[in-house]
Amino acid sequence: MTHHEYDVVIVGAGGAGMRAALESSQRSRTAVLTKLYPTRSHTGAAQGGMAAALANVEDDSAEWHVFDTVKGGDYLVDQDAAEILCHEAIDAVLDLEKMGLPFNRTPDGKVDQRRFGGHTRNHGEAAVRRSCYSADRTGHMILQTLYQQCIKQEVEFFNEYYVLDLILDSDPQAAAPGEDVAVAGVVALELSTGEIHTFRAKSVIFATGGAGKVFKTTSNAHTLTGDGMGIALGAGLPLEDMEFFQFHPTGLAGLGILLSEAARGEGGILRNSTGERFMERYAPTIKDLAPRDMVARAMANEVREGRGCGPHKDYVLLDLTHLEPAHIDEKLPDITEFARTYLGVEPYTEPVPVYPTAHYAMGGIPTNVRGEVLRNNTDVVKGLYAAGECACVSVHGANRLGTNSLLDINVFGRRAGIAAAEYAASVSEAPAFPDDADTRVRTMVETLLSTVGGTGTERVADVRRALQETMDRNVQVFRDAGTLEEAKGVVAQLKERYKDVAIHDRGKRFNTDLLEAVELQFLLEIAEVVVEGALERRESRGGHYREDFPTRDDENFLHHTMAYASADGVRLDTKPVVITKYPPMERKY
Amino acid sequence: MTATAESPTAGEVATMRVELQVLRMNPEGTHERKAGESYWDFFVVEAHPTDRVLDALHKIKWEHDGSLAFRRSCAHGVCGSDAMRINARNRLACKTLLKDLNPARPIKIEPIKGLPVEKDLIVDMEPFFASYREIMPFLMTSGAAPARERLQSPEERARYDDTTKCIMCAACTTACPVFWTDGQYFGPQAIVGAHRFIFDSRDEGQWDRLEVLNDKAGVWKCRTAFNCTEACPRGIEVTKAISEVKKALTTGEI
Ligand SMILES: Cc1cc2nc3c(=O)[nH]c(=O)nc-3n(C[C@H](O)[C@H](O)[C@H](O)COP(=O)(O)OP(=O)(O)OC[C@H]3O[C@@H](n4cnc5c(N)ncnc54)[C@H](O)[C@@H]3O)c2cc1C
Ligand code: SF4
Ligand code: FES
Repeated sequence: MTHHEYDVVIVGAGGAGMRAALESSQRSRTAVLTKLYPTRSHTGAAQGGMAAALANVEDDSAEWHVFDTVKGGDYLVDQDAAEILCHEAIDAVLDLEKMGLPFNRTPDGKVDQRRFGGHTRNHGEAAVRRSCYSADRTGHMILQTLYQQCIKQEVEFFNEYYVLDLILDSDPQAAAPGEDVAVAGVVALELSTGEIHTFRAKSVIFATGGAGKVFKTTSNAHTLTGDGMGIALGAGLPLEDMEFFQFHPTGLAGLGILLSEAARGEGGILRNSTGERFMERYAPTIKDLAPRDMVARAMANEVREGRGCGPHKDYVLLDLTHLEPAHIDEKLPDITEFARTYLGVEPYTEPVPVYPTAHYAMGGIPTNVRGEVLRNNTDVVKGLYAAGECACVSVHGANRLGTNSLLDINVFGRRAGIAAAEYAASVSEAPAFPDDADTRVRTMVETLLSTVGGTGTERVADVRRALQETMDRNVQVFRDAGTLEEAKGVVAQLKERYKDVAIHDRGKRFNTDLLEAVELQFLLEIAEVVVEGALERRESRGGHYREDFPTRDDENFLHHTMAYASADGVRLDTKPVVITKYPPMERKY
Repeated sequence: MTATAESPTAGEVATMRVELQVLRMNPEGTHERKAGESYWDFFVVEAHPTDRVLDALHKIKWEHDGSLAFRRSCAHGVCGSDAMRINARNRLACKTLLKDLNPARPIKIEPIKGLPVEKDLIVDMEPFFASYREIMPFLMTSGAAPARERLQSPEERARYDDTTKCIMCAACTTACPVFWTDGQYFGPQAIVGAHRFIFDSRDEGQWDRLEVLNDKAGVWKCRTAFNCTEACPRGIEVTKAISEVKKALTTGEI
C-alpha cells in the first residue's frame, strides 16, 4: 500500500473533473485520480453543444434560459441553481473560447449558435439559437481543450486509478443534525499494478460521470457504471432524484449510439411508418424540438400503436434527406458517419432508424450551489464536493435540456474547484487518516480474487446482462407499479446471485476482470435506488412516466427524492424544491 | 410495453462462427506460460456480421476467458481507447465490423507496435502522451484577453479543422515504420497536435512549436510512408498535415 497526501483530490477527469482541476491546482496541491486516461472520458462523446444566451445570432437572454431550464425540468429544478447556471453560462463559454476551444463561427467571426430542444425565445414563443457548438463534436473539443490547459498548468494526474472508497471522519448517518462530518480522503486501486493507494486530503471532489450502464440500450460508455454515486451511497450519503433518467429520442435503433438532437436542430424530422411528421400532433408549436422526455414518449407511443417502421415495426425514422449533403457534412459529420458505419444507412438519401436510448442521470449525489455534498437535507460534509453528471444540484430537475450538461460541468466544475481549494486553505489539516482505511477495499478485492478457480458459479457478464435487460424492459420510457415491482424483484435476486460471482483473472496487473465485478456492484446498488424511487413517485413528471399515474401531481410530489442505503434496503425521504420566480405551470410546447 | 428496439438487422441475419487469433502476454505468467512470454491464443465465438471486433473481444472476455486484457470505453470510435492491429492493420476494434473482414481466415489481433506491451492488448501509452506534451499543445497568446470572444472567421476556423478531430488513439504513430525503429521520433500524432495550433489564427506560439518540431526527433524524420493517414480512424489527412508543417519550416510562412 502506498499513501499520498494532498490538499485537494479530484476523482474523475471528464469535463467536470478537469474544469475543477484548473481552478484548484492554481490554488492548492491537487491530484486528479481517474480510471480512464483523461481524454477517454465520456464528455468527449458529447455532440450537439453547450447552451449560453450569448445572443450572437439573435435576441436572447439568460433569464429566458432560466425559464426554459425550469420548465424543461418539469418544475423539479432548484431555481436558485438554475439562475446561476444560466447567468454564468456566458462566461463559461467565453472562458473556453479563450482557452482555445475551436467553436464554429458566424460570418463576422463570433461563436456561432444553433437551435436545440426546449430552448426558446421569450418563454416559449419559438425555438431560439442558444447552443454554442463545434460541428457535432462539441464535447470532444471541450475535453481536449480542458486537457490541454491541464498540461499547460502541469496538473498532476493519476491515470488508470480506480477510486473504490471514500473515507469520512465519522458515520454520516449516525451523526446528529448539525454535527460536523468531514472528509479524510479516498482509497484507489492502481490498474497497472493492482496496488492499493490511500490518498489523504482536506478536500475531495467527485466528478465520476453517469451510470447509463444500468440499462442495456444506452448512449453511455462501457465505463459509465455510476462508481461515484455507488461509493457515496455506500459511505452513508444520500442520492437525490435517481428515478429521473433521461431517454434520448434518437439512439441508433438496436445499438443506442447517439445521434445528437442537433440533427433536428439543423432541420431533421422524425417520421413514422406512414411517413407522417408525428411530432406535429404531440407538440404543435416546436414539434421535433420538444424536450426529450416528450419526444421519446411520442416515439414509443407511435411504435406501440403500430406505426413503427422496419420488419418488427419497432423503431421510427430520422429523416435528413431534405438537407443539403454539404450542410450535413459541415454540421453533422460524425453522427452521419455513425449511421453509415454501424447501420449501413446513407443519411443523404435514406432516413435513419432511431429509438430512445438511456442517456443521462438527472439525479446523483446531492450538492448545494457551491458543490458541497449534502448528507441530509441541510448539513454538508465538510470538504466533500461533487460536480457534473454524478452530482445533483439540481439544475436539470425531472428532465435535462440538451446542451445544459456541458454547461453544468463547466459552471459547477469550476465552482467546486474553487470551493474545494478555498476550504483546503481554511483548515490546517485533514482529519486523521485511519490506519485501516483500506480495509473495505482490500477485503472486497481479496474476496473477489479468492473466487478464481474456486466455488463461484455466476459470471459477471450474465448478472450484468440480466440487470440491463430487466431495466430496459421495466424501467424505461413507460413504467407502472407492475413493471417496477418486477424490476425490484429481479434486482433483489441479482444481488443474491452477485454473492456467487467468480472472476477468472488471478493476476494483479491490469485485472479488468476484477474491476468489472466491482463496477457491477455499483450498478446493482444504483438500479435498486432508481427502481425504489420510481415506485414511490406515483405521478408522471419529466423523464419519469407512470402509466398508472399519468399526470403530474404537485400537491403530493413537488419534492426531490432522497435515497439512503440502510440495513433493510433503500430508505426514502423527500427534500423541498427551491422555487424563486416560476411557480409550476402546465408544461405545453 | 417496452421501449426497446432490436437492431434493424438483428433477428433476420443469422449469427456466424468467428475465429480469432489473439497475441497475448501475461506479465505475471500463468500456469502454462512464463511471465512476459508472448503467445497466440485461439478463440471461436458466435457473432452477427454487423458486430464490432470489440463485441467479439467482449464475448471472449465475458464468456470464455475473463483474463483477456484490453482497453475500451465509448464503443463507437470517439474515445481512442481501443486501437489495435487487426489483420495487420491499425484500427479501432469498436469501429471495425466483422463483416468487413475476410471471413475465410481467423481474425488476427495484436497490440499496436512500438510501445511496450504491458498485458495482452494493453500497451504503455506514457511515451505517446509525453511526445504530445512536448509540442506545447495549448493556445499561446500575448497581451490582455479581450472581454468577449476572440474573433475568428469561418475560413480561419476551417484552416485547422481537420487536425482538431484527433482522439489520441495512437493508431497513426504506432503504424509508422520510423517510430518502430527510432524511439526518439515524436511520431505523427504529436505533429497533428502541433498542426492544430500552428494553423489556428488565434495562436501566437507557432514558432516555439515549430522549433520543437525542427529538432532531430521532429518532423524531418518523416519519410512520407502514408501509413499514418491510412491508419487514422478519424479520417485525418495526417501526411498532409505533416507536409504543411514541413513547408512552414522551409518557407517561414504559415
Ligand atoms: C453521446 C452523448 C452525447 C452528449 N451530448 C451532449 C451535448 O451535446 N450537450 C450537453 O450539454 N450534454 C451532452 N451529453 C451529456 C454530457 O456529455 C455528460 O453529461 C457530461 O459530459 C458528463 O461529464 P462528467 O465530467 O460529469 O463525466 P465524464 O466525462 O463521464 O467523466 C467521468 C470521469 O470520471 C472518471 N471515473 C469514473 N469512475 C471512477 C472511479 N471509480 N475512479 C476514478 N475515476 C473514475 C472517469 O475516468 C472519467 O474521467 C452527452 C452525453 C452523451 C453520452
Ligand atoms: S491522428 Fe488519427 S490515428 Fe493519429 S492519434 Fe489522432 S485520431 Fe488516432
Ligand atoms: S472504445 Fe472508444 S474508440 Fe473504441
